[in-house]
Amino acid sequence: MGLSRLDNLYRQMILEHAAHPHHHGTLENAEHQLELRNPTCGDVLTVQVAMKEDKVSDVAFSGSGCTISQASASMMTDEVIGKTPAQIEQMVMTFSKMVTGDSKDNIDDILGDAAILEGVAQFPARIKCAMLAWKAIYQVIENSNDESSIGLMRHDEL
Amino acid sequence: MVKKMNKQLIEDFPILDQKVNDERLVYLDNAATTQKPRAVIEAVANYYYHDNANVHRGVHTLAERATAQFEGVRKKVAHFINAPSEQEIIYTKGTTEALNWVAASYGRTFVKPGDEIVISYMEHHSNLVPWQILAKKNGATLKYIDLLSDGQLDIESAKKQITDKTAIVSVAHASNVLGVINPVAELAKIAHKHGAIMVVDGAQSTPHMKIDVQALDIDFFAFSGHKLMAPTGIGILWGKSELLEQMPPLEFGGEMIDWVQLQETTFKKAPWKFEGGTQNIAGVVGLGAAIDYLESIGMEKIESYEKSLIASILPELLKITGLEIYGPLDPAKRTGIISFNLKGLHPHDVATALDMEGVAIRAGHHCAQPLMEYLNVAATARASFYLYNTIEDGQRLVEAIRATKEFFKNGIV
Repeated sequence: MGLSRLDNLYRQMILEHAAHPHHHGTLENAEHQLELRNPTCGDVLTVQVAMKEDKVSDVAFSGSGCTISQASASMMTDEVIGKTPAQIEQMVMTFSKMVTGDSKDNIDDILGDAAILEGVAQFPARIKCAMLAWKAIYQVIENSNDESSIGLMRHDEL
Repeated sequence: MVKKMNKQLIEDFPILDQKVNDERLVYLDNAATTQKPRAVIEAVANYYYHDNANVHRGVHTLAERATAQFEGVRKKVAHFINAPSEQEIIYTKGTTEALNWVAASYGRTFVKPGDEIVISYMEHHSNLVPWQILAKKNGATLKYIDLLSDGQLDIESAKKQITDKTAIVSVAHASNVLGVINPVAELAKIAHKHGAIMVVDGAQSTPHMKIDVQALDIDFFAFSGHKLMAPTGIGILWGKSELLEQMPPLEFGGEMIDWVQLQETTFKKAPWKFEGGTQNIAGVVGLGAAIDYLESIGMEKIESYEKSLIASILPELLKITGLEIYGPLDPAKRTGIISFNLKGLHPHDVATALDMEGVAIRAGHHCAQPLMEYLNVAATARASFYLYNTIEDGQRLVEAIRATKEFFKNGIV
């Protein structure tokens, strides 16, 4: 079989996002910021968010990581701009269910291009890499939105 | 001869006879844990089939058999590391627990405010965090010995860091990342000259070379069973008896007591005063079988085989452009651990790709985050060999790395 199965994980679009990540850097007008570590590999990811009229108006991420974590962060930033905290919470839950192999319901509608990361479900050791940026945005949004109905997801949970 | 020894050996390890992702499994994650030979698996099964009972407590035949095996392995371990007495051999869960006990029992009792604890930059978290916690608790200072540019311990730095204020020096015998073997006998001399004790983390050395705690002239030595073909959950703390006698027990309860009254309790002598509660008896039996297995081959032979294996694989790896190897490149100075990075690729991506080729390696910080920072890398890939690995396994590793490079052609990160 060899490396051919790798194509399921490292789709062309994923490789492109990893090589040229979108919204990589820092925001000058960041209102919320969070640094998350992946304790299994030591990767660090910082996510910054600016809000306008209860929607994410801008977002940026920085830090080092593997192809999957960098591509996932890049795609996350593309998808959350213009979304409300409630929408982002739904996206994170949908993404989490997708990469853990739990459910693929509505992934294209809810996640847009990030649905291409569904292949991660076949590589359980890499779920944490894919989840890191989504956990970070979730916690940023949670911290900025005290009225949220969903409890804070702990960083060592999936 | 080496090749023949190896062919027979592989048949002793049923787990190695399988395909992973349609390729023959090449298991190169031995620094994390090793595979178990039939002799070990059967010893554990036979113990449960025929002899299972709690030790020391019963007067019935099974209890006597279980106790005889349990205490017999203590003797075997003492012989294995050339300890002067089996009463200096304490059963633990593994190296982590053993080192924690030295820090929590000896350390908290004898380290005074203003004292120094000296370790190195290459320590595994289990030989770092317990000392950090102890230093904070007792008001001591934690100091680090530098490394040379090739990853070897800088003995000149050790001479500077270890002073008359130093109470404890604790260093890995062999690094779990760099594969380098540290001059612990020399460090022990320096430590003793200043009145400090010498603790050695033997997790990555004991499986691969003959250990002689008396020749090293150290004070404590810790290792794990599962890294030398024994089951998980069993390890050893060896300590000089005069130190063990002064150390308070950490876990109180069944089996470790001498006499319990309503308000006062006296404890057994070492090692039993440290072994509260029912022990991992099956693990101990498995450890005994693993030691028998290794000694039937001979630790010197194992060491020389692994050295020859690494000597043949390292040059092949070095031919791969963009591949960086951490630690000294002279096989005489290292164990079977090879940590590396491929330029432009994150080690997690490398490990996933190698797994698709049936080659099992580790990627990450290897529980040595301060070392990663010292090396200025986020993480590394790590291939680690043991005596059942062959030159062909090394070739498979090289081929899989080449294929990975090809797959990710221009680099990603």
